[in-house]
Amino acid sequence: MLPMRFAAMRVPANASVETRPNLFDFVAILVMLGLALAVGSIARHTLAPLSAPGANEIHLQAAYLPGYAVRTTLRMFAALAVSLLFTFTYPVWAAKSRRAGAILIPMLDILQSVPILGFLTFTVVFFMGLFPGRVLGAELAVIFTIFTGQAWNMAFSMYQSLKTVPADLEEVSRGFGLSAWQRFWRLEVPYAMPGLVWNTMMSMSGGWFMLVAAEAFTVGGTTVTLPGIGSFISAAIRHRNLFAVFEAILTMLIVILLYDQLLFRPLVAWSARFRFETTAGAVAEDPWMLALLRRTRLLNRASRLFADMLTTIGGLPLGPRPSALRRNLVPRRLGDGLWFSLLILTAAIAAWQVTLYARANFSPAEVGHVVLLGVYTLIRVVLMIVLATVVWVPIGVWLGLRPIWARRAQPVAQFMAAFPANLFYPIFVIVIVHYHLSSNVWLTPLMILGTQWYILFNVIAGTAAFPGDLLEAARNFQIGGWRWWLRVMLPGIFPYYVTGALTASGGAWNAAIVSEIASWGSTTLTASGLGSYITQATSAGATARVALGVVVMSLFVVVFNRLVWRPMYAFAARRLTFA
Amino acid sequence: MDSTLRVAAPLPDAPDELIRIRNCRQSYHKESSADLVVLDDVDLTLTAGEIVGLLGRSGSGKSTLLRIASGLLRPTAGEVTWRGAPLRGPAPGVAMVFQSFALFPWLTVQANVELGLEAKGVQRAERERLAEEAIDLIGLGGYENAYPKELSGGMRQRVGLARALVVHPDLLLMDEPFSALDVLTAENLRTDLIELWSEKKLPVKAVLIVTHNIEESVLMCDRILVFSSNPGRVAHELRVPFPHPRNRHDPAFRLFVDRIYGLMTRRETPAIDAAAAKPGSAFNQALPELPMNLMAGLMETLAEQPYRGRADLPLLAGSLQLELDDLLPLGESLQMLRFAELEEGDIRLTADGLRFVQGELDERKRILGASLMKNLALVPAIRQVLDERWNHRSRAERFRDELEDHMSPDYARRTLQTVIGWARYAELFDFDEEADQFFLDEDDD
Repeated sequence: MLPMRFAAMRVPANASVETRPNLFDFVAILVMLGLALAVGSIARHTLAPLSAPGANEIHLQAAYLPGYAVRTTLRMFAALAVSLLFTFTYPVWAAKSRRAGAILIPMLDILQSVPILGFLTFTVVFFMGLFPGRVLGAELAVIFTIFTGQAWNMAFSMYQSLKTVPADLEEVSRGFGLSAWQRFWRLEVPYAMPGLVWNTMMSMSGGWFMLVAAEAFTVGGTTVTLPGIGSFISAAIRHRNLFAVFEAILTMLIVILLYDQLLFRPLVAWSARFRFETTAGAVAEDPWMLALLRRTRLLNRASRLFADMLTTIGGLPLGPRPSALRRNLVPRRLGDGLWFSLLILTAAIAAWQVTLYARANFSPAEVGHVVLLGVYTLIRVVLMIVLATVVWVPIGVWLGLRPIWARRAQPVAQFMAAFPANLFYPIFVIVIVHYHLSSNVWLTPLMILGTQWYILFNVIAGTAAFPGDLLEAARNFQIGGWRWWLRVMLPGIFPYYVTGALTASGGAWNAAIVSEIASWGSTTLTASGLGSYITQATSAGATARVALGVVVMSLFVVVFNRLVWRPMYAFAARRLTFA
Repeated sequence: MDSTLRVAAPLPDAPDELIRIRNCRQSYHKESSADLVVLDDVDLTLTAGEIVGLLGRSGSGKSTLLRIASGLLRPTAGEVTWRGAPLRGPAPGVAMVFQSFALFPWLTVQANVELGLEAKGVQRAERERLAEEAIDLIGLGGYENAYPKELSGGMRQRVGLARALVVHPDLLLMDEPFSALDVLTAENLRTDLIELWSEKKLPVKAVLIVTHNIEESVLMCDRILVFSSNPGRVAHELRVPFPHPRNRHDPAFRLFVDRIYGLMTRRETPAIDAAAAKPGSAFNQALPELPMNLMAGLMETLAEQPYRGRADLPLLAGSLQLELDDLLPLGESLQMLRFAELEEGDIRLTADGLRFVQGELDERKRILGASLMKNLALVPAIRQVLDERWNHRSRAERFRDELEDHMSPDYARRTLQTVIGWARYAELFDFDEEADQFFLDEDDD
């Protein structure tokens, strides 16, 4: 159910005949050199001690912004690298081993529901312990936090693909005796590619928000400021410098634009090659970046060499050769019994420890209070989803029914979803402070600011995919007004809407940690809710309260998913898809 | 009929024996009850120089046997030897062609063809040479850089063939290779393949082909194994006496095809009827996916000119453009409902069948209802439960579970689907898909 139509592509037949470098090659080489320099310089800074002069200082001059932008971006890519590593190990293990899968997959499901910024306290404690007093510790803590925001849905996508590899291709690879390693790179990874690329890009889009929020944070009195756009804007807030806020927004716009044009679009279009369908789809144009890469002579040549190398590595005869399957074996009872007893024992010990810890740290009244705060935040999330639905569904349908508009609006909506909305928070805060508005009410829209776009672009995609003959039938029978919405359009786009709303609500829970508490200079606005509770506990360094808040929020998310989104999803898949 | 030719088994250590399968049995383990037997006591020996066909209905286990021969699947019992040695794991000298083509959409034609060589560790230059050779042989020259989705079905299956041939296998396995293609394309590919085989240009020693198309098997094979279903067994073995190229309009060819039709529609032996009558038999009958309208349509056709109640199956299949695999289940279902009878390749409408055709819609519903209650034990079983319940509702799952004791989950689902369709037509009971429940529509009573 990918909400985009991808291009079907092939390399132009004459693409790499000439190898004389052209202009684009020089540009590309310059960019690479620049990147290398930046990485080197940042690597030097990360080894500096935290207390070193200037390590914590953010300069509010525009000249520093490009440097900050590069550092923010590099953090993002470092997290991405870790996420990819995780994606190529954890789900593979879960898919290949039935016993491991029995515990790894439910764990992944829970991890997915944990608010990302809730990890920050724990990663900071861990990494600062590893590298006491060094910037590197803080850097790693932030990178790891972003990783927790990206990895889970990438891993899920990988796992799902591994579990649904087409049976006939699997038989071909076994019949030809491909080794486990060869099969992984020839069959399983290519098959997983479109889903993986899409989920990676979605993860990164969501990641910018978290990254900006995490660059300047306070854990138990220690304020860590890592040079970047996020810390720049928080310094601007501290100094009540509205001009600097706009500068930061502008810089981020450029960064996201580059990310969108140089990475997101080319990658998604390129991954269309791996889509498992054997009919030729509608051919869309290559994004300009991909076209450039394919036509740039030296780069093309280099990427060919690189691809050949990968092909060779993927073709290495590592791992066991396949043997004949014996279907429907009686389960290996003894091994299973041991394994699952071990799991139950571990779970029991963990439960015991948690109970002891909870007994020592919380009173029932505190737990009840936190649950009540959770209810407040839940009400906010639901209201905001309803509001975003009322606003964006009609607009999305209107756009989706007009192909020209849909084509224009779709990239904009995706771009907006990637833009870290927290950069806009100060503007809202100034308005709230100026007009003395109630923070409990007026801070609420902030949580949906960044994630409403998921609803919009999924609705556009759903409407664009709505069968034309059904629309004609509806017109033919003169179905209009409310009946048209209820009987024709809404059921048709419902599966897409659920995808979008699910993502938006997950994002809103995450954003609650940042958006329920906001400041401008020395003024701090607080909306009472679970998000502000976690934030306050984090700044106070109260690990136990952070843990309580995070656990309660995760529970809310899990229960909400199980009771609302999953049944809706199942219903949509069963009843509301065009077969 | 004792025209069946038994082939004398060659000596076990004959030099040209490729694969030998003895007393092969394949069953699927069920937690709750007896195992599901898919193949029972099957023998198969393949020697160099022959094309052998496995002919049977879907569900007769012929594709399973193909996978056992390829070493992809190990049989539950029995022994498989490849060139005299026991076979464990995929045999190196065997390559397979799939009904679905099974091409990697992200690889070009050339890369798809090279895949098997790559797995063997063949060097790049040699790989390219061999692939080029296979591509040219199979008539794909010029398409090397195309991706599968750019090709038509026929061209895709040619890629599948080239990919199998490039490793120069001793044995080529083909799993319904032409059934996903349209009639003309399939004919074109079959002819090309047989031509290459006759001219000894195919780099293979023997071919084993699974099909449900009788004409196809007679057109291509030297030897045909006819499978019976439930459990799959080799019911007949026939040697095709015609030289290549064969002419499908030759009277002797037609006669041979007719004979196989006769063998495949022969009345079940009494022993099997007795087995069907044992207790619990309400749940051991798998039904194909057959809407009532299709069956009514066939009966109407049979009642009219030129058939007037009786038709020759091959002729009927030809004029209705139906494959054997479509027509036979249709005929058998009519036979089960006592609306028609199959005998020696003919189908004959019964008195009930005729009354059905002549009746108005309400009369038809009544006749079908009566027949279902009498002849299909599952229907009265469901109806009885519904009558007994105070709310006249019952979960479908319990019936599905009981069916699954006797058949695979897939067949159980399909059987229930068909029963629901027929019962709705007869207005015996209805089905609530959302709740997965059978129920009685109160107005009817």
